[in-house]
Parts: sequence; structure tokens; C-alpha cells
Amino acid sequence: MALLEADALVKSFRGLRAVGGASFDVEPGSIVALIGPNGAGKTTCFNMIAGVFAPDSGTVAFEGRKMQGSRPDEICKAGIGRTFQIVKPFAGLSVADNVVVGALLRESTSRGARAVAMGILRKLRLEEKADLPASTLTLPDRKRLEVARALATRPKLLLLDEVMAGLRPTECDEMVAFFRELNRADGLAILLIEHVMRAVMALAQRVVVLHHGEVIARGAPAEVVRDPAVLECYLGEETEV
Amino acid sequence: MSARARALLVALAAVLLALPQFAGSYLLSVATLALYFAYTGQAWNVMMGFAGQLSLGHSLYVGLGAYAAAAVFTKFGIGPWAGAWVAIALCVAAGAAIGVLAFRFGISGVYFALLTIAFAEFTRIGFDHIGWLGGPGGLFLKVGQRSSWDLANLRGTPAMFYYVMLALTAGAFALCAALLKSRAGYYWQAIREDEEAARALGINTFRWKMFAVIISAAMTALAGVFFAFYYNNLFPEQIFNIGQSIEIILGPIVGGVGTLFGPVLGAALLTGLADALNNLVAAMGWDIPGVKQVFYGIVLLLVIMFLPNGIWPPLARRLGLGR
Repeated sequence: MALLEADALVKSFRGLRAVGGASFDVEPGSIVALIGPNGAGKTTCFNMIAGVFAPDSGTVAFEGRKMQGSRPDEICKAGIGRTFQIVKPFAGLSVADNVVVGALLRESTSRGARAVAMGILRKLRLEEKADLPASTLTLPDRKRLEVARALATRPKLLLLDEVMAGLRPTECDEMVAFFRELNRADGLAILLIEHVMRAVMALAQRVVVLHHGEVIARGAPAEVVRDPAVLECYLGEETEV
Repeated sequence: MSARARALLVALAAVLLALPQFAGSYLLSVATLALYFAYTGQAWNVMMGFAGQLSLGHSLYVGLGAYAAAAVFTKFGIGPWAGAWVAIALCVAAGAAIGVLAFRFGISGVYFALLTIAFAEFTRIGFDHIGWLGGPGGLFLKVGQRSSWDLANLRGTPAMFYYVMLALTAGAFALCAALLKSRAGYYWQAIREDEEAARALGINTFRWKMFAVIISAAMTALAGVFFAFYYNNLFPEQIFNIGQSIEIILGPIVGGVGTLFGPVLGAALLTGLADALNNLVAAMGWDIPGVKQVFYGIVLLLVIMFLPNGIWPPLARRLGLGR
């Protein structure tokens, strides 16, 4: 049984169909990338999984349990953590307190939560900035903070919405190594939306390509990037000159 | 809390405890009023400062609390300490009703604030029509003798009322300090900063916002009980007035929204300075109605322009304290 099964998800906004019957799975312990051009419906899929809104039709199952229609906090409690494409730090709180908020989901005391938070900040190399207000962080650090906060809720599945965007190549490689290690050591499953192909190729075991709200290709990264349908949607149709 | 902050707190407590020994009854009444606003400001701060829910109708809880305690006292002879529970129950019910209405139907921000005003206003008008409680003519408590302490019935000297208000303020401060360090404090602040992100971290935002409203309403209810037994007369026009709500929130805004010391500092400054100004105006033989309101307006304007986070945060940094 797959950890996450999204089946025939449909979502329209005021008649505009953002996602039209997308299906994909995430196996336990695997890393899946959701790619596609802007407006393909990737973030809409994420939001349906994370409970921001319910799909018009279709189902989301996590560990065999139907999740569509649940609230975001219930979905987080069930074990799905997420980051936001447009980062949402608790700007007035310190970096450490941001992560403590997440850690309190599974910790009964603030002291215990702080210990968990500091451990995660260390791994993400944010420990020196722990006492600074989150509003003072640079964008790459804010992205790290998003990840730290989501990880603090101890998810079984982590949804990453473009966490590599805006990172320098070396920073991107660091993040990739970090997620690989998490995946290898803790068996954390990851579903990521990503435009940075460097990260997708290095991280994902499987890639799902969305275009106009529909899945047009899926498979191993190396296969998918050679798929004519994928090339077409990114680069336009090949024409003889 | 740092050692320095603790030392400051102890010094402040010592001065406040000794105040009735050297202050006359007039100064004591000003100090009692300052404490009253420190307390109500602290209660309001739980909702706005911690959880980010703007209430502009806290006079509702003062009024309901005051009328509840006064009514059971005058009509059934139930003392203020038992009456306080009636007041709390009533205010919690009112706060919960507003909370459910607002948070279930996604009313937030300015619209939430308007809802709180609406509740306070229609309660004011409603109480004008409750003949049993005196209607617009007011509800009066028998003024007891003022020379000895009768704590059980809250009848006594100005010093007694001062100490009761001081105990309430200290209790509210300790409660808020504890809440801020607890799960509730973290969750409230997360909701204040970004509700969607808070939800994504597993926080049932409805539940925690309700908790903030309930705590704030219950705290303010006690201020109402005090109000009733201190002033001995209640008029809907006065106690449910929006001016009362505004005066409650001025202290925390001037002192620092979301901080522990802000409401106390703000209330002390505003009450003290407004009173000094009143005396000055009277001494000069001038007659300027509304001078206090104008003064509040000017202070508010200056604080918002130059110290948008209130006086306390920069002062705390200057003193080398936390927040």
C-alpha cells in the first residue's frame, strides 16, 4: 500500500479547472517530485493534500485513511508536514520559537519541544541564529526555517513546495544532501514541487509531470526528461525549419 | 525572565505594597484606577497581544461582570466572591458566543473588531430596558461603612480596594507570564503571526482562539466585579460604553501590545499623567471639558508615530532586560 494515494483529484476555481483528474502515489520511504510548467496545478494538488481546500472530486488517502475534507491541522497530526512556496515565518517570534511551535505537536512540554527544535536547527545550520527574530533572516534561511518547522512536527511525509527556489547552487546541493540523509536515515517520504531540475534529478526517485492539471508523464527522472510530451510542454513543439 | 527583570519586579512590588502607608486617599484612588486599567489592559492583551484578535468591545465583559455580581448581591444577598463566579460564567458564555460566531464563520480582523463593538452596544441598549436591574436609571449598591475592612463583602477603606486591585493585577501578571511560556502562549503567538502557517503545524486554531477569548473574558469579568463594589453604582450608558472599551486598550497600546509589562506601564503612565493634567487645568482655573480625551489622543498619536511597538520594548532594551 502506498503511503499517500491521490486519486483522480479535480479542482476548479470559478470555473477555471486548475487540476483535472490527477492521480499519483508516494510509496513509504520514497522521494517523488511533482514538476510541470507554471500554472500546471502543482500547488493546487499540494493544497488539496494538505487540507487547505477539499478537492471537487477525487480522493486523498494517507496510510489507507481517507483524508480529503480534513482540516490542515488534522492532516498535520496524521503525519503530513508541509512548507509554503511563499514562506510564512512567524516573523515576530525568534527562529527557535518558530520551530518550538511545530515541535509542540508531539512534545508535551515547551522544554522538551525546545530541545527537539534546537536539534533540528543544528542539522539545518540555523542554530547560531536561533535567538534572532525570524523577520531578520535572509530568504535562503527562511526557506530552511520552513523546513525546520515542518520537520519539528515529525511527519512521515514531507511536502516541499519549491524550497530550492532562490538558493545558490551550492546551497541547493546542501539542501539536497540534507533531504537525502533524512530520507535514508529516518525513512522520511518526500513529495516535492520543484523547478530547479538540478535538485529534482539528484533527489527524486520518481517524477510526476503535470500539465494543465493533468498527469502527462511519470517515471524515473532520466526517462521523464527525455519524454517528448514533457519536452513539448516545457519547450514547445519541435518543428522542422 | 532575567535576574535584572526579577529585581525590578521585586522593587516595584515593594513600592506598590507600601504605597498606602504614605499615600493619601486621593493618591490611593488614582493608583487604584491605574491598577484597574493595568488589569483590564492585561486581560485585553491576552486576546490582542498574544492571540492577535482585536476586541474593541471589552466594556461588554466589564459591564456583564459588574451587573452580574451587583445583581446577585443586591437581589439575593450573595457576596462578591461567590458572585464573581456568576460574573465569570456569564462573561465566558458571552465571549464564547462571539468567538463561535466569528471564528466558525471566518470573521477576522476589522470585522471581528466590529462584531465585538456590536455585542457591547446591543448589550448596553438591552440593559437600558431591564427594569429589574434599574434600566437606564442605574443599579446601586448600598454604600457600607468605610473605616474598616470587610473583605468578604468587599466593603472597606480605600486601602482595602487598593490592595484587592493590586492582588488582581499581580495575579493577572503571573497568569499571563505562565500562559506565555506554555503551549497556549506559543500557539497564540503563532496564530497572531500567521494563522495559515499555524494550522499547517497542527494547531487547531479555532480551539486556541476560543481559549484566548474565554481567558480574556473571564479575567475582565473580575474587573467588572471590582468596579461594581468600588463605585457602588452602575449605569448601562457608562459601563458598556465604547469609551470604556477604548480606555481599556490605550494602556497596552501605549505600553506595548503583546508584552507583559506594557499594559502595566501604559496604564500607570496614562492614568497618572491624565490625572496630573486634570489637576493642573483645575489649578489654573480653566474649564476645559474633555481635556483627558484630548490628552489620550495626543499620546496615542505620538506613540503610534514614534514607538509603534509601544514604550516598553525599547525601554526594556535600554534597561538591558528581556521583554
